[in-house]
Amino acid sequence: MGIRFILMVNKQGQTRLAQYYEYLTLEERRALEGEIIRKCLARNEQQCSFVEHRNYKIVYRRYASLFFLVGVDNEENELAILEFIHLLVETMDRHFGNVCELDIMFHLEKAHFMLEEMVMNGCIVETSKTNILAPIQLMDKAS
Amino acid sequence: MALSGMRGLSVFISEIRNCQNKEQERLRVDKELGNIRTRFKNEKGLTPYDKKKYVWKMLYIFMLGYDVDFGHMEAVSLISAPKYPEKQVGYLVTSCLLNENHDFLRLAINTVRNDIIGRNETFQCLALTLVGNIGGREFAESLAPDVQKLLLSSSCRPLVKKKAALCLLRLFRKNPDVVNVDGWSDLMAQLLDERNLGVLTSSMSLFVALVSNNHEAYWSCLPKCVKILERLARNQDVPQEYTYYGIPSPWLQVKTMRALQYFPTVEDPNTRRSLFEVLQRILMGTDVVKNVNKNNASHAVLFEALALVMHLDAEKEMMSQCVALLGKFIAVREPNIRYLGLENMTRMLMVTDVQDIIKRHQAQIITSLKDPDISIRRRALDLLYGMCDVSNAKDIVEELLQYLGTADFTMREELALKAAILAEKFAPDLSWYVDVILQLIDKAGDFVSDDIWFRVVQFVTNNEDLQPYAALKAREYLDKPAIHETMVKVSAYLLGEYSHLLARRPGCSPKDIFVIIHEKLPTVSTPTISILLSTYAKILMHSQPPDPELQNQIWAIFSKYETCIDAEIQQRAVEYFALSKKGAALMDILAEMPKFPERESSLIKKAEDTEADTAELSAIKLRAQQQASNALVVTDQRPANEPPQVTQLGMVKIPSVDHTSVDQELTEANGNSHEVDPQPDVLGDLLSPLAIEGPPAVVSEEDALALAPVEDQQNSVKPIGDIAERFHALCIKDSGVLYEDPNVQIGIKAEWRGHQGRLVLFLGNKTTFSLTSVQAVILPPSHLKLDLSSVPEIIPPRAQVQCPLEVINLRPSRDVAVLDFSYKFGTNLVDNKLRLPAVINKFFQPIPVSAEEFFPQWRSLAGPPLKLQEVVRGVRAMSLGEMANLLNSLRLIVCPGLDPNPSNLVATTTFYSESTRAMLCLVRIETDPADRTQLRMTVASQDPTLTFELKEYIKEQLISIPIASKPPVPQPPIATSDPGALLAGLL
Repeated sequence: MGIRFILMVNKQGQTRLAQYYEYLTLEERRALEGEIIRKCLARNEQQCSFVEHRNYKIVYRRYASLFFLVGVDNEENELAILEFIHLLVETMDRHFGNVCELDIMFHLEKAHFMLEEMVMNGCIVETSKTNILAPIQLMDKAS
Repeated sequence: MALSGMRGLSVFISEIRNCQNKEQERLRVDKELGNIRTRFKNEKGLTPYDKKKYVWKMLYIFMLGYDVDFGHMEAVSLISAPKYPEKQVGYLVTSCLLNENHDFLRLAINTVRNDIIGRNETFQCLALTLVGNIGGREFAESLAPDVQKLLLSSSCRPLVKKKAALCLLRLFRKNPDVVNVDGWSDLMAQLLDERNLGVLTSSMSLFVALVSNNHEAYWSCLPKCVKILERLARNQDVPQEYTYYGIPSPWLQVKTMRALQYFPTVEDPNTRRSLFEVLQRILMGTDVVKNVNKNNASHAVLFEALALVMHLDAEKEMMSQCVALLGKFIAVREPNIRYLGLENMTRMLMVTDVQDIIKRHQAQIITSLKDPDISIRRRALDLLYGMCDVSNAKDIVEELLQYLGTADFTMREELALKAAILAEKFAPDLSWYVDVILQLIDKAGDFVSDDIWFRVVQFVTNNEDLQPYAALKAREYLDKPAIHETMVKVSAYLLGEYSHLLARRPGCSPKDIFVIIHEKLPTVSTPTISILLSTYAKILMHSQPPDPELQNQIWAIFSKYETCIDAEIQQRAVEYFALSKKGAALMDILAEMPKFPERESSLIKKAEDTEADTAELSAIKLRAQQQASNALVVTDQRPANEPPQVTQLGMVKIPSVDHTSVDQELTEANGNSHEVDPQPDVLGDLLSPLAIEGPPAVVSEEDALALAPVEDQQNSVKPIGDIAERFHALCIKDSGVLYEDPNVQIGIKAEWRGHQGRLVLFLGNKTTFSLTSVQAVILPPSHLKLDLSSVPEIIPPRAQVQCPLEVINLRPSRDVAVLDFSYKFGTNLVDNKLRLPAVINKFFQPIPVSAEEFFPQWRSLAGPPLKLQEVVRGVRAMSLGEMANLLNSLRLIVCPGLDPNPSNLVATTTFYSESTRAMLCLVRIETDPADRTQLRMTVASQDPTLTFELKEYIKEQLISIPIASKPPVPQPPIATSDPGALLAGLL
């Protein structure tokens, strides 16, 4: 079913955003996040962006202090996911302007709204930044 | 950076951020949760804005890993808010916090439907997204027609349509019938004519799900996909917004090519030609560029095109072009491309017969085995394993062996197993195979599972030509100063069997062999000592005429181990000692092992099993888990006459299967020539209900088994040990083994506090293959609330699964909960009903009571139904001390001195249940020193049911007390299964 979860984690290993597209209990989430973060944060720049873990393949990318980790199944095109992460970052960048960890932290709701416009049920819904940001801009205008 | 619109939320988040440690964070979160709870309780004065803020806080807290179940209702209720900001939060947070099985979701179903069919587009989007993310079957049934209507309506705008497409995908997964409408496939084809790329992106995901399920219905969509691909590849009519670094939506291109891979072929020549043109253009036209993002995006498309070409099995020329591309990729500097190159090459092996072209890249692939990145090393190992055949096995296996020395620990077991399998499958000659396995053991003994060395023994036994060579090799390894224990095992075995073939060589006389093997004995563990003893017996047998000095040495060892604490060693020592005094008869009994029946390699089976798990769950990790938790569970001492848990290859010919042997594989290796074909466990089925209903321990398992002829027992899965006895032992202990058979072991560990308990079931698979269809169902009696966490259907080889079970005692009762545990063994279902030791005495907490407390209570409970008295006859003979111990073990604490009559006992305890709360129970037992078979018992408590149940419970315990530990008397039924006893019978 494609994307199973999207995590944003800083380099201290703190989760800044977690969105799951399959149901895991709280304990399962905690365990999974711990394992994945430990594994991915230990890797260096010369290593590839893919890590196999349990039944997932983790496609990850680092932006300054923040790691974007996307868990997919074996049916996904890894590079397409890798660039999807970049599209997400570019979209947030367009909205926040020079997006940083704190933007995502303090505007958790906006980050979630953007993600919701981009991914649904583990599938990509939209890749046009203008379309993704339209509802959020509408809301900003209203308030 | 502007702070969030919700000030309270921002403040909370920054406070959390300032927490120095996890403990502070927890305190802050707890405080906030308390605050939210109170605010929600008193809903008046709570503005929609407040609600929204609190719900966001909850989501944040949930993300931090804390439970926020109490707030689900609030999130759901926001869905019905009239205004967009609240509604939006309600929808979003609900789909983050809840799943389709939550009951609250049902409450929202009407609002959701109204939003979907309403006129407000933004509300439609929200509702469709929620259903798309967490909608369940119920949603599928009630909403599918509405969603379809939206998807196909011409007036519906793209922003709603794209969500409707993915919403329908969810509903289809929940109930495939939602697309079982006439003409649906035409409608789908129409959908693919869509010009808007956003709608097309989500429709393509829907389409992939539909074709993967049934491509037959969608042939008409195939040309449309090719058209979409052409449009994108030629960059026709693609808005700038959908162009990513100059590439027309790479995601849609990838998805479209994925959809095409679900059609077995493209028949229409025109469509085929157009498709191949596009693919050719992608294959040829993708260059490496400096910009990382552009490069990744174009290669995402390229890799998908490669996969599609492979799938379509294009002409040879195009295929070799693909392999050439992949060959280039696996050598580039970019690690991502190297990884994907290797991964796709492995896929290519599966799809078509291009092994020869791939082999040209062998050297490069071997280099990747040493890549600094474990992800890449794993891909390389998989590829090498897949591409190995007779022609390159020698090279590849030798590379793997070399790599083994430096490989990561997480990969070693997998490597060892793969090397062993390849050596076995593609050995150009058998001596090479023996070399490889011995090297494997030498280099990575810790990672060589028993199956691997069993297999080499099997090969050597079955190939006479190989025997002198194998013996010689084994002899050579023994000269090394430090060797792995597995090497000691395998060389001792081989030399025991075949060292006489070397007798003329220097250093290979029976005496020399004995000396060099015996040197290792002080360093090895008990299971290996048993093998060494067998080897000595064999050496003795082969040294004809007997060498008196050697004979005396070996006899001395046997007699030393005759008193060994380990039953297996002791038995071997006693028997070999007796046998070796028999002279000529020894020759017959200790003759060479017969050939093993040919069978499929258990290694390959094992590899298939481990492949099912992913790399991380490799056997080694599972085993480590198992060992750790075994230490936790098996706290009880095994009775001395039970077979040891670790089995090993016996060297003595055994006419029948050792039915207590733990491992099926091993039993086979023991030289049994019966075809092992698992039969349904007739006895087990007959016996197991007994364990629930019958008076405990009247018919013991072993007695019953003794009635059945030995042959019948051979192939069925039967419990090891007595189920009833294990249950009774667990009634007075909190951890131990509940059930065991050759395939599984169920351990229990329990904690009790007041009226609650937490049991953990440890379901361990002892075999080297997966146990399937595993089911554990609890049949609870009405007085217990039992909540078993879900049990996985499959237990991987040698893995152990822990299933916590929460127990709440509602009211006093003697009834017992039953665990219905079943699994598939071969084709047969093994099913056992096991009583769970969640019995009444677990809810006792013994508190000694003084005379001042006891007597007022005793007097105030004046008679039936609170105080009951009964004369019990037929009491098992026991002294007063034994009876006091029994009561104490049931957590009824005996209070000495309360009753002036020395032949009476007074005991007290506190019983806990939800209905009674803590309740003091008083028991008095008056015995008759003249007649120990009868006594008078008085039981009192504040609750009539409790009094009655407790009285009956104690009575049961007094009348038929299960013997907690039987004295180890080897009974004939045990002996028939015992190789030693069988031998004795033969003599």
